Amino acid sequence: MNILYDERLDGMKPQLDKAAIRDSLVQAIPGLTLLHREEDLHPFECDGLSVYRTLPMLVALPETLAQVEQLLKTCHRLGVPVVTRGAGTGLSGGAMPLEHGVLLVLSRFSRILEIDPEARIARVEPGVRNLAISEAASPHGLYYAPDPSSQIACSIGGNVAENAGGVHCLKYGLTVHNVIKVEVLTIEGEHMTLGSDALDAPGFDLLALFNGSEGMLGVVTEITVKLLPKPETAKVLMASFDDVEKAGNAVGAIIAAGIIPGGLEMMDNLAIRAAEDFIGAGYPVEAAAILLCELDGVEADVDDDCATVRRVLEAAGATGIQQARDDAERALFWAGRKNAFPAVGRMSPDYYCMDGTIPRRELARVLKGISDLSEQYGLRVANVFHAGDGNMHPLILFDANTPGELDEAEALGGKILELCVEVGGTITGEHGVGREKINQMCAQFRPDELATFRAAKAAFDPKELLNPGKNIPTPARCSEFRTIKSAEAAVPTHSQGRPE
Amino acid sequence: MATIATTPHDHDASESLAERIRQASAEGTPLRIVGGDTRGFYGRPVEGAKLSTLEHRGVTFYDPVELVVSVRSGTPLAELEAVLAEQGQMLPFEPPRFGISSTVGGMVATGMSGPRRPWAGSVRDFVLGTRVINHEGIEQRFGGQVMKNVAGYDLSRLMVGAQGTLGLLTEISFKVLPIPGAVHSLRIEVSLEQARNRLADWGREPLPISAATWLDGALHLRLEGGPSSVAATRARIGGDDLDGGFWNALRDLALAFPANGNDDAPLWRLSLPHRTPSLALSNTPEETMIHDWAGAQRWLKSDIDAETLRSACRQAGGHATCLGSREGPGSAEPFTPLPSVLLKYHRNLKAELDPKGIFNPGRLYAAF
Ligand SMILES: Cc1cc2nc3c(=O)[nH]c(=O)nc-3n(C[C@H](O)[C@H](O)[C@H](O)COP(=O)(O)OP(=O)(O)OC[C@H]3O[C@@H](n4cnc5c(N)ncnc54)[C@H](O)[C@@H]3O)c2cc1C
Repeated sequence: MNILYDERLDGMKPQLDKAAIRDSLVQAIPGLTLLHREEDLHPFECDGLSVYRTLPMLVALPETLAQVEQLLKTCHRLGVPVVTRGAGTGLSGGAMPLEHGVLLVLSRFSRILEIDPEARIARVEPGVRNLAISEAASPHGLYYAPDPSSQIACSIGGNVAENAGGVHCLKYGLTVHNVIKVEVLTIEGEHMTLGSDALDAPGFDLLALFNGSEGMLGVVTEITVKLLPKPETAKVLMASFDDVEKAGNAVGAIIAAGIIPGGLEMMDNLAIRAAEDFIGAGYPVEAAAILLCELDGVEADVDDDCATVRRVLEAAGATGIQQARDDAERALFWAGRKNAFPAVGRMSPDYYCMDGTIPRRELARVLKGISDLSEQYGLRVANVFHAGDGNMHPLILFDANTPGELDEAEALGGKILELCVEVGGTITGEHGVGREKINQMCAQFRPDELATFRAAKAAFDPKELLNPGKNIPTPARCSEFRTIKSAEAAVPTHSQGRPE
Repeated sequence: MATIATTPHDHDASESLAERIRQASAEGTPLRIVGGDTRGFYGRPVEGAKLSTLEHRGVTFYDPVELVVSVRSGTPLAELEAVLAEQGQMLPFEPPRFGISSTVGGMVATGMSGPRRPWAGSVRDFVLGTRVINHEGIEQRFGGQVMKNVAGYDLSRLMVGAQGTLGLLTEISFKVLPIPGAVHSLRIEVSLEQARNRLADWGREPLPISAATWLDGALHLRLEGGPSSVAATRARIGGDDLDGGFWNALRDLALAFPANGNDDAPLWRLSLPHRTPSLALSNTPEETMIHDWAGAQRWLKSDIDAETLRSACRQAGGHATCLGSREGPGSAEPFTPLPSVLLKYHRNLKAELDPKGIFNPGRLYAAF
């Protein structure tokens, strides 16, 4: 079932007069950069999920909050859909434009407004790059914990909208755990503050609701994040295994020993070879799987924990254990992991990144399922895995220029996500639903639950002008999805759906 | 592997709870949701037919290796904590208990966190998923039992602190953590000002501090972490040994307030940004407060005029909550009033998720 906007399933698009809207915006907002010529629109036609492209009707690049406010007010008045875009690195088509909508690009809001080392907070504009915050905090011995692999490029506004994670989430939390306050403009152009500089705020926890809301509830215009003191030391152990399941069991054993590592990542053989080929991180290319386990904190504790983890890994059947000798080697070990996506990208004309999360105990079953599906569809799959928190990134290798292969990759991806739901997991751990997983939402949630999501949306945007078509599927789309699934159910291998 | 601890009290009452809600919805009669009834003082009094969660009880899932536990809302908090402790794990946010009858549902609905909060996170930070009976009497599931989940809006975390005004929580899944290997509590006699300065310095270093409270002329600290770092920090900081029971008393608000405070006056909770200096309130010296959370949460017993206190807190970037007296019915306006735009969206959300206004109407604010 296709994910592209289909009026039959997703609702009629508004009939809009591009020239008239452009005139209204130009008049209402002095000095606004508003792109409208086709050649200027092309750079914005997709996000990180680049197999799907749509030319936006108009692209706005505001520089002041007053401009953003006016733009929202005008679009609200005229009934024009607005899609917010940060850096466009999203992997679920969340910032995919609409040909009948304005793309609101926030990349020019790139100032760090304040670093307060005493209060340990940073106040930044939404277009600031994730890594830039840690760089600015570094002279004070502080850093911003969530570190998505895209951190050199992705924006903090996009991080809030996706509730982005990173390789240090198990111990330090996701974006939602590290943002204390956001300033928001509603679709009506009203301003509100969610959260506060204190540790809580009166009323509903709208800050939590806005984290991960994919630009569907409001536009985030300023973010205050918490900064942490840099750990005194961090050490990385790399363990190799001749069997993926053993590596998976080792993860559980580390946690069972009472240790919460700063980072705990796993890669399978295909991903190891790709990363090694690209980065030369010193990975063992013969291993079926490797685990990277980072222990951080106070020197004395870290040494104790390293010894414990070593014992656990040996008992779990690791064929080799290597501790990074110094910070340079530690950085190199991580560079291999953080560049795993582009590394895999070099092995194949295209790749498609999945983001399901599963209970870790189901790892062996899910990996087996993925490898069966990979064989069935005749497409290779490399596995990169935030092992500590069960967030998997199977990367499906395909060639979009081979007719039908994109469809096959999509279908295979869909099956993987449904498998994640079946074992009690979720279709997305950190990349968001966007447009990409719109169908699988129908597998994860019942129609009445989706109706509750729509009710939450209606509280903030009853006209459905913010990022329409993303995140929550329409009832029509889900009923079609279910019809197709029940037809498939005649085939015995069909998934069981979510457990109750 | 997953262990599910069952007790003879375990019972799934979700169907009868749903039936009560369907009835209330049909008749348009408001419900007053009650668990162990230990937190009535935290929030406005609610007019409505009592709906008790106590029958809906039991730990339904616990896998220590996954760090995940799922619990029915009527389960006593003490029971959950005992189940976790048996496996060497805990709820890291140290929720106040206020009494043995306190339930997990009430704890989540009120969303209060204890002394470890600034270092470990709050209740909502550890909520992974919820089951909620909606206004139509349908039990719905949001979030889940995995660490990371961004499918759909985060309605689970929205329920935390919503005081039951958006639906009836029937089950909550939490992330849990191992109990730290080493703990040491200590007491250092210092002035409030000195305590603030020291905490500011220590806060920029990765020290294993997990609680910091100034009260009655002394800073009370808890160190938690690996044995090596706790021992090293203890040697460096010095101070007198403190009985760990202090934190339990603090957590449950059972500590005696400083002698010069007014014991019969209403209890206030001030939530302020880190490093907020003394608020310069006339007749209310900061020395009469309990300064928890390294100063970010201050407890005060005072007859001070609400608006005076609230405006001082607002200016500092925080807010003030009036808890009245522990025994009393709760104060008329416990929570800081919301700015108009924010209030509008609170009302919209309430109207969307509880269109007939049957769930704890008025518990948070008179307007909804
Ligand atoms: C190589 C690579 C590695 C990646 N690794 C990770 C990873 O480890 N962890 C992870 O979580 N993600 C990862 N991602 C995904 C992506 O980087 C994150 O989702 C990131 O948070 C997106 O930020 P962005 O600024 O690019 O947002 P965009 O792609 O521009 O937008 C994403 C969504 O946010 C909305 N949005 C953006 N800004 C705002 C705003 N100010 N207010 C309201 N809504 C807004 C958009 O409408 C859209 O729905 C990776 C991506 C790539 C390409």
